[in-house]
Amino acid sequence: MLEEVIIAGFGGQGVMLIGRLLAYAGMLEGKNVAWMPSYGPEMRGGTANCTVIISSEEIASPVVPYPKSIIIMNKPSLDKFEPKVKKEGLIVLNDSLIKQKINRDDVAVVRVSANDIADQLGNLRIANMVILGAYVKKSGVVRLETIFKALEKALAGRNQNLIKINKEALKKGAELVKE
Amino acid sequence: MGEKILMKGNEAIGEAAIRAGCRYYFGYPITPQSELTAYMAKKLLKMKNAAFIQAESEIAAINMVYGAAATGVRAMTSSSSPGISLKQEGISYIALAELPCVVVNMMRGGPGLGDIQPSQGDYFQATKGGGHGDYHLIVLAPSSVQELVDLTMDAFDLADKYRNPVMILGDGLLGQMMEAVEFKERPKVDLPDKGDWIITGCKDREPRHIVPFDLDPSVLEKWNYNLGEKYKKIKEKEVRYEAVNTENAELIIVAYGTVARIVKTVISNAKEEGINIGLIRPITLFPFPEKVINKTADNVKKFLVVEMSLGQMVEDVKLSVNGKAEVNFYGRAGGIIPSPEEILKEVKKCL
Amino acid sequence: MKKVFGRPVSLTDVPFTYCPGCHHGIAHRLVAEVLDEFGVRENTIGVCPVGCSVFAYLFFNCDMVCAAHGRAPAIATGIKRSRPDSIVFTYQGDGDLASIGTAEIVHAANRGENITVIFINNAIYGMTGGQMAPTTLAGQITQTSPYGRDPKTMGYPIRVSEMLSTLKGATYISRVALNKPANIIKAKKSIKKAFQVQLDRKGFSLVEILSSCPTNWGLSPVEASKWVEENMIPYYPLGEFRVPEEVA
Repeated sequence: MLEEVIIAGFGGQGVMLIGRLLAYAGMLEGKNVAWMPSYGPEMRGGTANCTVIISSEEIASPVVPYPKSIIIMNKPSLDKFEPKVKKEGLIVLNDSLIKQKINRDDVAVVRVSANDIADQLGNLRIANMVILGAYVKKSGVVRLETIFKALEKALAGRNQNLIKINKEALKKGAELVKE
Repeated sequence: MGEKILMKGNEAIGEAAIRAGCRYYFGYPITPQSELTAYMAKKLLKMKNAAFIQAESEIAAINMVYGAAATGVRAMTSSSSPGISLKQEGISYIALAELPCVVVNMMRGGPGLGDIQPSQGDYFQATKGGGHGDYHLIVLAPSSVQELVDLTMDAFDLADKYRNPVMILGDGLLGQMMEAVEFKERPKVDLPDKGDWIITGCKDREPRHIVPFDLDPSVLEKWNYNLGEKYKKIKEKEVRYEAVNTENAELIIVAYGTVARIVKTVISNAKEEGINIGLIRPITLFPFPEKVINKTADNVKKFLVVEMSLGQMVEDVKLSVNGKAEVNFYGRAGGIIPSPEEILKEVKKCL
Repeated sequence: MKKVFGRPVSLTDVPFTYCPGCHHGIAHRLVAEVLDEFGVRENTIGVCPVGCSVFAYLFFNCDMVCAAHGRAPAIATGIKRSRPDSIVFTYQGDGDLASIGTAEIVHAANRGENITVIFINNAIYGMTGGQMAPTTLAGQITQTSPYGRDPKTMGYPIRVSEMLSTLKGATYISRVALNKPANIIKAKKSIKKAFQVQLDRKGFSLVEILSSCPTNWGLSPVEASKWVEENMIPYYPLGEFRVPEEVA
């Protein structure tokens, strides 16, 4: 198997973190993984994105101009990456901030009101987890339980409540995706 | 087997260096390698018999390495392209003084301040000396985070073995990306004792001098010849490369580092279209794998060199091929990474 | 017969290559005497500069490393950090320390590196044949200030000791001269204090030594010593600029 996903949004929306969790989970499931950030000034407030590759084979090119999937947290990122998704690929987008229609009819689209759901859960900052949950469920690339494990590892030593609420957000996101 | 850890390239270098026994790091922040400097600060400042200094400049940092290496400890500095230019004075002195040390260059777009995206524009600087005078570094070119780890550890051994500065030549992408790495148990390597040259105070012996100059040209010439002998030995013994699908290939791509990985995708994409191509990936850029390239040119008549530059390594490939085959070039510059699609297009143009 | 004067063990028996009347020889001797008196020669590592004293490694009878122009404090930092129990000193001229190596000396001082710096200020570039130094006096004629140093376009002579003594990291800073016996005796005391500071692990110490360069000044040795008195000392006052309480 080979999954190549680009995760993009505003700096501060936590796109780098969910990319890392995804890569970490892939590693825990015995896959080869690579996580590659865009870096530079955009880290400080502009748009940020990272690429995650999960593969059962050795990962060759870490550069992915045409991803299989994209997880999109804001509108500028959608404009940038929508045309690049491979045919029969997947777009998971943050419906709370992006109202526009998807022009592609050759890809699957999952719309997640990530900000609204996060708000209901009491912490706007976990919108990224909501959308990650939806993506993981839809793509089946790793198990949600493995993301939990990765989360525990990443937030080790931090407030247990924080882990709990992040898990809730992941679950909520996953539930939105129909079997 | 050790545990797999998900690590950023820059941090993996730091951890590898520490595991290789490096306790002295001197550096100056520059994107895209600053995580390495920060990692060394975090670790070394808490260790005994260790030092981390954020130097006032890259110039000072390499000279701190010079001083520490002269006392026999494993010392290291790191930077990215513009900072490496500043270090060249010190590297040239260290080369003549024959001090072992490791210098990491995570290349970014140039010339000048350039940009901060990945590049391979420093190939000439790294492999042909870099500073003034007639000398070489041993240059290692990793293409994955795991290889950053393995080659960083090897770098310290090679430096000690030959009393020569070793450069890890990576790029911003390798430094920034995360991959799973394993810190393997390494077999013990027999290395020459440093006891007969290090500067430790002259108790119970004659004073020693580390003096990278001699105004008598006949003496300096002899030193240069000695260096030449050393480089010859390095060329004989330390060449490393990876060859992929070179049997029966219609065309061989020569690429190193990040680009070589992209080429691996090109190889499988090409296969799907019925095109059979191979890859020679130099792992040591100095010494350059001339022999294997020359030998391959007996059977394969077309080469394509792909670099993130206007064409630097291509000159070494041409010298290695020595007219036996056609050598083409494709490069992207200024921090642009070539995509598998555009490389495949170039392959087709050559065939 | 009792021996009352001899060569310090910390000097080799290689004859100095310095010009007649140059003060480098005296400065070398004072440093060597101090190393002898502390009994630390065998635990000392010196760093010599680029300039006339590039050959200092031939004269000091201890381990020596030669630095690139201006970089001695950085090299000394690397040595001292990896061998904190060694005695580490640099020996630098004014072009080396106050021009090309300004960053290195300022930051070594500011970090409070536990090293001793012997700084020879003779207001000129000696080895390259008499060009303007950062410490060349206003109006002074050199090869590259042939009409006299004009501060308006060439800057003012830098008072290194005063400048460095504003840094909190510096522990001991003094300026001495070698133009007459009384000053030489004071200079020796000051150099000894500087090394004492290092032995006590109190941090950065520097002794600026006003020296003569008869060859490039175009003066006889005697005139040159007088020139130090009449021209240099008024602009570069002698004394201690920073002293740790314990050795004051």
